[in-house]
Amino acid sequence: MKESNNINISVTLWTLTYKEIRRFMRIWVQTLVPPAVTMSLYFVIFGSLIGPRIGDMDGFDYVQFMIPGLIMMSVITNSYANVVSSFYSVKFQKSIEELLISPMPNWAILLGFILGGVCRGVLVGIIVFVVSLFFYPEFEVANPMLTISVLFLTSILFSLMGFINAVFADSFDAISVVPTFVLTPLIYLGGVFYSINILPEFWRSISMANPMLYVVNTFREGMLGISDVSISFSLSMIGLFIFIFTFLSLYLLKKGTGIRE
Amino acid sequence: MDSYALEISNLKKVYSGGTEALKGISLKVKEGDFYALLGPNGAGKSSTIGIIGTLVTKTEGNVKIFGYDIDENVAVAKSLLGVVSQEINFSQFEKIIDIVTTQAGFYGISNSIAKPKVEEMLKRLGLWDKRNDQARTLSGGYKRRLMIAKALIHEPKLLILDEPTAGVDIELRREMWTFLKEINQNGTTIILTTHYLEEAEQLCRNIGIIDHGEIVVDTSMKDLLSRLDVQGFVLDLEKPLDHVPTIDGFELRLDDPLTLVTATNKEKSINSLFNELNRIGIKVKSMRNESNRLEELFIEMIKK
Repeated sequence: MKESNNINISVTLWTLTYKEIRRFMRIWVQTLVPPAVTMSLYFVIFGSLIGPRIGDMDGFDYVQFMIPGLIMMSVITNSYANVVSSFYSVKFQKSIEELLISPMPNWAILLGFILGGVCRGVLVGIIVFVVSLFFYPEFEVANPMLTISVLFLTSILFSLMGFINAVFADSFDAISVVPTFVLTPLIYLGGVFYSINILPEFWRSISMANPMLYVVNTFREGMLGISDVSISFSLSMIGLFIFIFTFLSLYLLKKGTGIRE
Repeated sequence: MDSYALEISNLKKVYSGGTEALKGISLKVKEGDFYALLGPNGAGKSSTIGIIGTLVTKTEGNVKIFGYDIDENVAVAKSLLGVVSQEINFSQFEKIIDIVTTQAGFYGISNSIAKPKVEEMLKRLGLWDKRNDQARTLSGGYKRRLMIAKALIHEPKLLILDEPTAGVDIELRREMWTFLKEINQNGTTIILTTHYLEEAEQLCRNIGIIDHGEIVVDTSMKDLLSRLDVQGFVLDLEKPLDHVPTIDGFELRLDDPLTLVTATNKEKSINSLFNELNRIGIKVKSMRNESNRLEELFIEMIKK
């Protein structure tokens, strides 16, 4: 008797997503608390203590100017970290076999991990925003629709990058190299703490090649209504890279790179 | 017409380093069978199982599970298959109940349907009392049980066990045998790899031996055992002997003054040996097989 292909994909997808959420919620002290603490320190030191001496930045109080950048920094690092550590862990513990043996299609496996990363990224973003309100209670979001869109798109993009990193990673060192030596410097130099308008011409041109600048500034446009870059160009680039990384991830899963012998 | 749980044809695997793990094996396992796949370390057993479970990419050949090709109908083929891997492959930090419920979810079984199934499975395997413990706290034997629970939660029609009783104590091993016999009687086809040849002899009806990436034997257990011409028996004596007695038709040797060992053709009645020993005044207290019969054949097969 022939069986029919009646696997309930929505159940498989929810199962993996819920497993991913359960994972980062189980270790909330490691995943949700540190961004709140670190960002509080940034707000205290750069916002409340040093900020008044700096004065305005693009017409906004310095602490107000920093808020979108710090939220984006947290969203990027947490989305990336969630997927890279989770996917590498299932590889390392061989529990990836549970998924590979199951009838889940590759796109559902990818989507499950990405949704896990997005949930953590967005949740951390909300936490940092709530923390920022303690330091700048009168903050108002200029364009909520754009803010929410960029929040989710950025989270998806960096979750995908984390996934690709984890696919190629063959040690715990390999999953920390990119965040430490690539992401963090690019984020710090991507306009989180300053507007590129204060830079000399040469450094401003160099900064334009930093992809983080576009992500941070598009989010700042949503939250404050100001940006150093073209919003339509930034959104197109984010969309294009999500598209490219999605297909690359699916190709790697199909090929079995790093997960099948 | 026979229907097959597993059909493998011309399966080849060459690893990236150039190692040829499988040299074009073909194998058929009938629906409802309890099949032993034996072979020395590195023979190709795990590569074969890995390919069936799509954990290893094949170089060439076809695999069908209940007629469904793992390339063309992968989702249906996988939903009919359960695999108990040799190595522990669950998250050590999750609760036992969550691991099994999640595994059911990966097969599209919703939480409400999975819940009673998980409870039944965990109770059946003696894991229910530990359901809220983290998996890493389990002993080796319980981890093996959890692997079996995970593999069976979606009620596969074909279950493959890759050395499920490795490192498990005798009591638990016997319990697992009973459990596996039961699920086989209820219709699940089982393929077992093991290094305990006694296990294969006890459980399996048919047997394949793989060596250097080739199937060297594929037959019934009964047929394979019937190929054994000579059987060895160890006789524990009542009184010590100072020399080896001579009895026509039997090769005898003394391992120590109280232990007489005989190698006898299986066509020859063991009664005649006892009659002769009795006649010359040698009393036997007890008797046992010299060694596992299948073990001897196995060694012989892989030497060829």
